[in-house]
Amino acid sequence: MALKTKTSTQIGVTILGWGIALWLFFPIFWMILTSFKSEVQAISTPPKLFFMPTLSSYAEVFERANYWHFALNTVIVSVGATAVAIALAVPAAYSMAFMPSKRTRGTLLWMLSTRMLPPVGVLVPIYILARNTHLLDTCTGLAIVDMLTNLPIIVWMLYTFFREVPAPILEAGRMDGATRWQEMTMVLLPLALPGIASTALLSLILCWNEAFWSLNLTSSHAAPLTAFIASFSSPEGLFFGKLSAASTLAVAPILVFGWISQKQLVRGLTFGAVK
Amino acid sequence: MLRLKSTRTVLCTLGALLAGSVLSSAQAAGTLTIATVNNGDMIVMRQLSTEFEKAHPDIHLNWVTLEENVLRQRVTTDIAMKTGQFDVVTIGNYEVPIWAKQGWLTEIKPDDAYDMNDILPSVRESLTADGKLYALPFYAESVITYYRKDLFQKAGLTMPEQPTYDQIRQFADKITDKPNQVYGICLRGKPGWGENMAYISSLANTFGAQWFDMSWKPTLTSDAWKATLNWYVSALKADGPPGATSNGFNENLALFASGHCGIWIDSTVAGGLLFDPKQSQVANTVGFAPAPKGPYGKGPTWLWSWSLAVPVSSHQSADAQAFIAWATSKDYVKLVAERKGWVAAPPGTRASTYAAPEYLKAAPFASFVLNAIKTADPNGPTAQPRPYTGAQFVAIPEFQSIGTQVGQTVAATLSDQMTVDQALTSAQASITRALRQSGRAR
Repeated sequence: MALKTKTSTQIGVTILGWGIALWLFFPIFWMILTSFKSEVQAISTPPKLFFMPTLSSYAEVFERANYWHFALNTVIVSVGATAVAIALAVPAAYSMAFMPSKRTRGTLLWMLSTRMLPPVGVLVPIYILARNTHLLDTCTGLAIVDMLTNLPIIVWMLYTFFREVPAPILEAGRMDGATRWQEMTMVLLPLALPGIASTALLSLILCWNEAFWSLNLTSSHAAPLTAFIASFSSPEGLFFGKLSAASTLAVAPILVFGWISQKQLVRGLTFGAVK
Repeated sequence: MLRLKSTRTVLCTLGALLAGSVLSSAQAAGTLTIATVNNGDMIVMRQLSTEFEKAHPDIHLNWVTLEENVLRQRVTTDIAMKTGQFDVVTIGNYEVPIWAKQGWLTEIKPDDAYDMNDILPSVRESLTADGKLYALPFYAESVITYYRKDLFQKAGLTMPEQPTYDQIRQFADKITDKPNQVYGICLRGKPGWGENMAYISSLANTFGAQWFDMSWKPTLTSDAWKATLNWYVSALKADGPPGATSNGFNENLALFASGHCGIWIDSTVAGGLLFDPKQSQVANTVGFAPAPKGPYGKGPTWLWSWSLAVPVSSHQSADAQAFIAWATSKDYVKLVAERKGWVAAPPGTRASTYAAPEYLKAAPFASFVLNAIKTADPNGPTAQPRPYTGAQFVAIPEFQSIGTQVGQTVAATLSDQMTVDQALTSAQASITRALRQSGRAR
């Protein structure tokens, strides 16, 4: 009887899990489907599930814009911002986790509070700063803003992972004569690698999808894929097919990357550093 | 040790990548950066601009295509902060006089070969402030009535040469067939100063309503406004498509093009799209008529133009002026006709386009468009004297926020969250507050 109840609960949970997963994935599925429709099919009412697929939207997207230019900018900004953020966050989280002071908790909360401000609230000062430092429409400028935006979350996540590393392991390293730098890079980092990897992946995804600063701080040279998508929205004319094709092309690399690394991401987020 | 080395390698590579990105972003001399919206005519201009580059080998064109509202925000920020990121900007005739008064735009002085007199006077005047021209029109639009000839024939109806709003309502009632998803009338319902309020402002004009009196006091609680909104709400509720508050220009275009609308009153620019069988399932059955008239019958009439202007922050004003003169010239229209066909020629700006027999043959709606734009008078008289200009907008900087706010209130009447009276009272109060805050009214 107990086994039967357990099995039916499992089936129920599985169905619920699949239902939620499909519900979450449906917009992406519909976007991909629409990208293979003609513009007239894309706007047809009721919406068509079965149709003769066409690559015309993709052809037009590639004809109108240099996808690779936008994609390269996205890679440079996302990888650059993530790498610098991790490089800054690791020592910060290390010191907060293993050498906490009475202000550590307050500092962590203060860092997180910067995420609570709507970005538009600081648009003008950041725009002026970028202008005065000649960083407007540069990958460097955008990478710095993305890095600073994500830094609080990265520090918080790394702090949580580092706290799970037993302090005696680091002490053992010190006993063997390791310096602070060696202790951090040769003892702590290998132990916390799954956590660092999942944090980096999350930062990469956040930078990849960031739209507000991308649209406001770049115009042509450093415009990333979010600007590429926005350029296919039209005030007058049919554009759903082309917009869907552009969006599919923009999210495809990070989607594939996310799928490939989902095991590591889930492991890093759920198991912690040394479990 | 190996790990340390790899860390350094990664950091060095990253530094090199970022430094490279700074260097590559330095704008080369002779490069014009053009900010534009993504629509058919602009895409054609971009494709054909290689001809301009061939004729001007020292000028390279750099295109930035943005969504309309993002473009407006980016360009406003750029010009207001004098960043100089854009040399040519695409703006409407709403912005031109306001920005010109702020000193943000360079006066345009094309050479004699440009043939300024060929530009339709109403369009030219809408881009002029204090007697000086601040932009050149790329294409222009007014408002007309689209209808389905087959549905009218089936219902035994005939569209008059000059319909009235009462007639439109009767026609819409008769051709509505909701079980078959055919809706008698489609109108803009999506909130926004350039969406539902563009249409409603235009509707209000012909119903004898206006936004402000001579002391900048809002007049939205007037009987004329009530009549305007009552007509709009009752027509859409009785004969409009479901979810009308989500429908802007593009959504209604999609509905009409896929055979779900009997009548659609909107921009003339839709004519080319509805007539194109590749984009429209009703290309063979579209009829055209002038915009309907309301009880007042007169009033300012809809005129919009996408125009090219040069911000004062541009460091290459002369080259930028040369480009916009090329892109809005008679020769450019001919170039489009040669390469893309006459139906793709930018409409609404030049008399010579409408004098070309090939264009009239390729675009049967041309005479309606020409007439609508020629007779469009955004500065025309309202029922009572008014302190502002504009037909489907009020040419003051505050209108973007006021219009959008009122647009949301109007949308609330369609979704039964408010009555017409409540919506107008609320709009009156919010506009009064906004104008007091801006210092325009006391």
